[in-house]
Amino acid sequence: MRRARVAYGGAIHEAIEWGNQLKLADGRVVKEEEIMWLTPIEPRTVFALGLNYADHAAELSFDAPSDPLVFLKGPNTLIGHQAYTRRPADVTYMHYECELAVIIGETARNVQKEDAYKYVKGYSVANDYAIRDYLENYYRPNLRVKNRDTCTPLGPWLVDVKDIADPMYLRITTHVNSELVQEGTTADMIFDIPSIIEYLSSFMTLSENDVILTGTPKGSVNTVVGDVVVTEIEGIGRLVNTIIGDEAFTNR
Amino acid sequence: MSRASFKVLGEPGLIKAEVNTHMNTVVMEDNELIPHEIQFDNPITGTVYGTMLNFKGELERLGDDVNNEPYFSPPIAPVLYIKPMNTFNCYGGSIPMPVGISKLEMGASLGIVIGKQAVFVDESTALSYVAGYTIVNDVRIPHDSLFRPAIHFQARDGFCPIGPWIIDRHVVDNPDNISIRIYINDKLQQENSTSNLVRSVSRLLADVTEFMTLNPGDLLLVGVPEDAPQAKVGDKIRIEIDGIGSLENVIVDESESKWRKPI
Repeated sequence: MRRARVAYGGAIHEAIEWGNQLKLADGRVVKEEEIMWLTPIEPRTVFALGLNYADHAAELSFDAPSDPLVFLKGPNTLIGHQAYTRRPADVTYMHYECELAVIIGETARNVQKEDAYKYVKGYSVANDYAIRDYLENYYRPNLRVKNRDTCTPLGPWLVDVKDIADPMYLRITTHVNSELVQEGTTADMIFDIPSIIEYLSSFMTLSENDVILTGTPKGSVNTVVGDVVVTEIEGIGRLVNTIIGDEAFTNR
Repeated sequence: MSRASFKVLGEPGLIKAEVNTHMNTVVMEDNELIPHEIQFDNPITGTVYGTMLNFKGELERLGDDVNNEPYFSPPIAPVLYIKPMNTFNCYGGSIPMPVGISKLEMGASLGIVIGKQAVFVDESTALSYVAGYTIVNDVRIPHDSLFRPAIHFQARDGFCPIGPWIIDRHVVDNPDNISIRIYINDKLQQENSTSNLVRSVSRLLADVTEFMTLNPGDLLLVGVPEDAPQAKVGDKIRIEIDGIGSLENVIVDESESKWRKPI
């Protein structure tokens, strides 16, 4: 089952996919044009992996890491499906990163790899934008690159863990204005989902609605204002985002 | 007397009361309660952002290293990180010493508690977005490199004691001139002042909210002074911040703490 959180009729609803429409928890069936997509869960701690695909690490001139490279993201950066991400006027290189998002289902501490999927609630699609102009070499990747307002679309759906037979064998693509710009498979992750959960839970407690963004394969190209960026993972969802400029933000 | 808000275990919401920040007591109608008589809970519900290299002494310690590999230039924007919810700890809570580690760094920081949504705020009005101030022990496993420190150095369970309370912003005359001291087993181990900040509280709020919205209940740490003292199992840590109060915690073996693996 594919589930969403949406705003409709002045309230927030849980909903499920219902043909081409959505069925709200209260039974109303609504069209996609009538609702506002929110992130499919309210994320607690959000983890993201850097350089978790060997081809992307090579693309950025890095050796593959020996331990997972994990950084954290705040709630300010998250937005839902069909929303807008801001590109500051002064930047030269802003790129998308299509990532499989793993959503934790229950408290996990010292979990072994073979038990890891028991602690997973489901999956979603994330687009972990980076603005490389702001990269500095302290506490990489620094929050000015990776934790900007509006720079992490997540959605549209939460897909139940039991609906995905093998999350480590899913096709990943990104299209910008309908042109294929990124293509890969989750099979190429350096640290797979069970390894990441084992690693994180070895020193910290994971909780329901913690989200792990598992990294992106190669294929990063610059995006500009007006671009429609579609990050898609086979069986999980198709996440649409539009880049907007500074003009809309009248405070600056 | 200072107006403060605090959270008590099992009680919903924040309790407002007058506190004596020098004696670290809560002043009730007819008596004063010492912290040990109150089960303080962490008063913070939002996201906790830490700041590195915001004390001039830290940058002095790095010296010319900032121009060498792997940094290649001094920092431009605030150097920030997140202390996730699993790290939250409270006044009197025990800090778990991980297996195989013998010393932890005690990072004393003034915490800025956000009172209203702060988006691209101006330095001149930044303090109006502050609800108040608290004390944070930003605990970490000692490590040298600031390039890409592993998350397991500072995102461990219990590594972020916060409290005992939030002192109302209006009580604090100048957040950029406050003394901070760390005592380990009642012996003074470190003393510094927010007068040595690279970015003042207002400047930091302006530079952070330029790209990152801070919401009510979020906590922004001004940073940890250079030469953070190290502590071992059994040590009692007290961080005093003038006009705010004292935060006390003890370090325990991880296997004996409440964070141990469920049996």
